[in-house]
Amino acid sequence: MCLGVPGKVESIEEDTTGVRMGKVNFMGVKKDVCLAYVPEVQVGDYVIVHVGFAISKLDEEEALEVFEYLRQMSELDQTTDNG
Amino acid sequence: MRFVDEYRSEAEAQKYAQVIRRLVTRPWTIMEICGGQTHTLIKFGIDHLLPEQVTLVHGPGCPVCVTPLELIDKAIAIARRPEVIFTSFGDMLRVPGSGMDLLSVKAQGGDVRMVYSPLDAVRLAQKHPDREVVFFAVGFETTAPANAMAVWQARQLGLTNFSILCAHVLVPPAIEAILSAPGNLVQGFLAAGHVCTVMGYWEYEPIAEKYRVPIVVTGFEPLDLLQGITMALKALEEGRWGVENQYSRAVTREGNVPAQALVQQVFEVCDRTWRGIGLIPQSGYRLRPAFRAFDAEHRFDLASVSAQESPLCIAGEILQGVRKPHQCAAFGTACTPEHPLGAPMVSSEGACAAYYQYRRAA
Repeated sequence: MCLGVPGKVESIEEDTTGVRMGKVNFMGVKKDVCLAYVPEVQVGDYVIVHVGFAISKLDEEEALEVFEYLRQMSELDQTTDNG
Repeated sequence: MRFVDEYRSEAEAQKYAQVIRRLVTRPWTIMEICGGQTHTLIKFGIDHLLPEQVTLVHGPGCPVCVTPLELIDKAIAIARRPEVIFTSFGDMLRVPGSGMDLLSVKAQGGDVRMVYSPLDAVRLAQKHPDREVVFFAVGFETTAPANAMAVWQARQLGLTNFSILCAHVLVPPAIEAILSAPGNLVQGFLAAGHVCTVMGYWEYEPIAEKYRVPIVVTGFEPLDLLQGITMALKALEEGRWGVENQYSRAVTREGNVPAQALVQQVFEVCDRTWRGIGLIPQSGYRLRPAFRAFDAEHRFDLASVSAQESPLCIAGEILQGVRKPHQCAAFGTACTPEHPLGAPMVSSEGACAAYYQYRRAA
């Protein structure tokens, strides 16, 4: 139920009630997504979409953290092995 | 796909497994809260990569599973009314009520429709002013902003034929219920990444402090889970507690503030009964009095509904992590996804469905 899918914002517009909406591309499939909760998002940004709502902008720098942490932990292991 | 494929690398997963094997010196028990995480763990066999000392227990983070039977029976009673178009996420349609499920109501001529977003239900209400459109608003904090927006928009549009049947639940009170239960075995938690995307993780800090447990906000891809497990185990091995954030590409400490603001405007915290677990104080949302016109329980007379659970189903123990799905006598025999006795066998986030789908042959 809390499934969130990453997609790329391709366009942004307002609907008739003034709510910020946009087209988001999920691997070639484009869907209308509510962008009201991510006011900072621009065309070209990646967002996490849950039941038709973008709930977060993906941070490109933080996206590498999972690999950086692994590198640090692996290096720590090797230091322990050598010492 | 960007932001997905890179987190499924087999080579990096093996490296994480190696780090974990070197890290662990004692037995530890960690609970992943979210049923989506349970499915990733079982589907990719991540539990098999871990040393034997590490036990993963599956938490109650499946909203479909914990929605009380009485509310499902109410949904069925509403869906059977001829004037109603009953809308729901797909998962909910096959969850057994006392007598039948929502899909059977549809088979008998009821107008039950699956929607992708609660806003689709609002559009249906605009399109069919002569019908009552009801949306089954189940979910954790992740889904609350979407449901809040649907209600808010219905009011903006002046709709008088739209309402929600509200079954919202909240994660932090459930973690406290698990930690304060006698005989609790859980020593660390992987908190649900998308719940924290919306709510942030400041709410978890006093819980981690009070019960002296590590809580790691964790994403949903295999490498996310392996990193989250590593961080939790490292804290446990070092005797540390507190909240850490593995899912920093999507989660900040304060969460999504505009989303929280609309949720606060539309909903208020209430006591909630969790199917299989019982009443947890202050563990749900209901509509605020200003939005009562959009409350299906207020709009329809449902007083005569009374619920009856299957005596064979041990969903409560599954949801609290006390037993695993294959330890149930009905698993895969009397209870299958085609003929489920309990909700965890139905939902794409249910632990029983995960074991049935990925582990039955084993």
